[in-house]
Amino acid sequence: MMAEKTNKTSLTIYYIILAVFTIFYVLPFYVTISTSFKPFEEVSISNMWKLPSKFSIEGFKAAFARLGPNLKNSFYLTIPATLISAMIGSINGFALSKLRFKYSNIVFALILFGMFIPYQSVLFPLIQFFQAIGLYGTIPALIITHVIYGIPITTLMFKNYYEEIPNELVEASSVDGANIWQSYTKILLPISMPGFVVVIIWQFTNIWNEFLFAVTITSDPTKQPITVALVNLAGSQVVQWNIQMAGALIAALPTLIVYIILGRYFVRGLLAGSVKG
Amino acid sequence: MSVQKKKARAGFFIILPSLAFIGIFVYYFIFLTIRTSTSNWNSFTSLLSGEYKFVGLRNYQRLFNDPRFQTDLWNTLFFTLFFLAGCIILGIFLANIIDKKLRGSSFFQNLFLFPMAISYVVTGTVWGWIFAPGNIPTSPQGINLLLENLGWSNLQWMWYTSTQSIGKFNLALIPVIIAATWQMSGYVMAMYLAGLRAIPEEMIEAAQVDGATGTQLFWRIKFPMLRPITLSAMIVIGHMSLKIFDLIYAMTGSGPNNVTDMPAIYMFEQMFRSNRYAIASAIAIIMLIMVAAVIIPYLYSSFRGER
Repeated sequence: MMAEKTNKTSLTIYYIILAVFTIFYVLPFYVTISTSFKPFEEVSISNMWKLPSKFSIEGFKAAFARLGPNLKNSFYLTIPATLISAMIGSINGFALSKLRFKYSNIVFALILFGMFIPYQSVLFPLIQFFQAIGLYGTIPALIITHVIYGIPITTLMFKNYYEEIPNELVEASSVDGANIWQSYTKILLPISMPGFVVVIIWQFTNIWNEFLFAVTITSDPTKQPITVALVNLAGSQVVQWNIQMAGALIAALPTLIVYIILGRYFVRGLLAGSVKG
Repeated sequence: MSVQKKKARAGFFIILPSLAFIGIFVYYFIFLTIRTSTSNWNSFTSLLSGEYKFVGLRNYQRLFNDPRFQTDLWNTLFFTLFFLAGCIILGIFLANIIDKKLRGSSFFQNLFLFPMAISYVVTGTVWGWIFAPGNIPTSPQGINLLLENLGWSNLQWMWYTSTQSIGKFNLALIPVIIAATWQMSGYVMAMYLAGLRAIPEEMIEAAQVDGATGTQLFWRIKFPMLRPITLSAMIVIGHMSLKIFDLIYAMTGSGPNNVTDMPAIYMFEQMFRSNRYAIASAIAIIMLIMVAAVIIPYLYSSFRGER
């Protein structure tokens, strides 16, 4: 189906434009990938735009040696934080879309505002709080942080998702004598899979990529997630560029894989996060 | 109690814990930050003594008289302006081409969205290397080297280490804006694409029957229909831009003469390097006010629209 007639000349022009932009979007990937596969002796400024003449994984070995523990930290942090915040979002979304109460819109707006605030405005009290309860500098502290500040976005996403589901479905179950908990677990939860996929991808990506909380809540290098470790790696002058680019690739890979495999849902999450319903 | 009432009560109790957490971790913590921002806690000792002395708006006054913070505000303004313009122009332009459903257009769509999946930290590290100027003209690096290889050495310049400015606009921000646009323009494109696909087919066909050209079709039909998307994109990109931190931190830091400094970078330094908690908190609150000025009208209008 082609809504607009496209002639041959303009078709060519479109492809040329797309090709030019492709260069722009691919450029950093090209530099990163080609550099990371260069052997040590080939990494010099003068051939940074050239492909490696000899394929080598030295850079990756060295990067893994330094970032491996941080990569593990990122998984320890991201997986539970993602799952817990998705669960909370689902329950909240259910309450706000199917069990509407007086002022539920205002409550929702109050919660949603937390999504937009600069986290700098809560950072100092947050750190003091974790110091007070003895969790400062630990991965659980980061998990708690991401779960709490993830409530607005996961609630928003699930609320939008559940609003698409007819109320009658839930009402019918309560006529049949199901209590509210049963309506949720027996009716809504089983058809929530697509919603969960979108929310989990969104949260996984965001938490994995997050930096401000990561760098301020964890000061011990062995407990830092990969984003912080990557910046520290780049900050040390002696590190070779192939190690640094390999490190960047390692830090980017998990979310890139998610994006490549589940791109469709990723886009849906993006749109749910921007266009509020 | 009626079923309806019972449900409403259950709904309220389900949401209550989340509301409490947000109440403490967002609203109460913001209050604490405001309290710190009006205190004398500008050293480790004054914090440890715990003795709270209210100094009114003195920290704010100091900030607005501070040349570095003034630079930060100008940088934020120009960065936001060009970052927004870049994302919206690129987004709407690419979405319109992708929407023509050429062969392979879904490939290009995915490609342009790719950067969105990556951390700002990675983006900053990689673009930071690409734009590193090296020593020109003797040993250029990154883009400068590429320009030399292409025979365009006269286009070489200091990129994000440049201290040149046009008026209050620091040219060093240009590479940062390019990196940020690279990261987020695909997102805006996806938003516009969704908007374009929501325009009823009949509307476009009717206009075509009436003899509208492609340009007319865009400016008279599509563009007005995309206005709500433009607003959403401005809100999303705008509020991100006002609090930009990771990208700058990983790419350039504050730069020579603070040419690429931002409030978030300054706040971070004051809080974690200089232990000037009150000043840092004041910066954080100014950032919050800037973001709230954008977000609250938006939330308000979209909730009023819902009723």
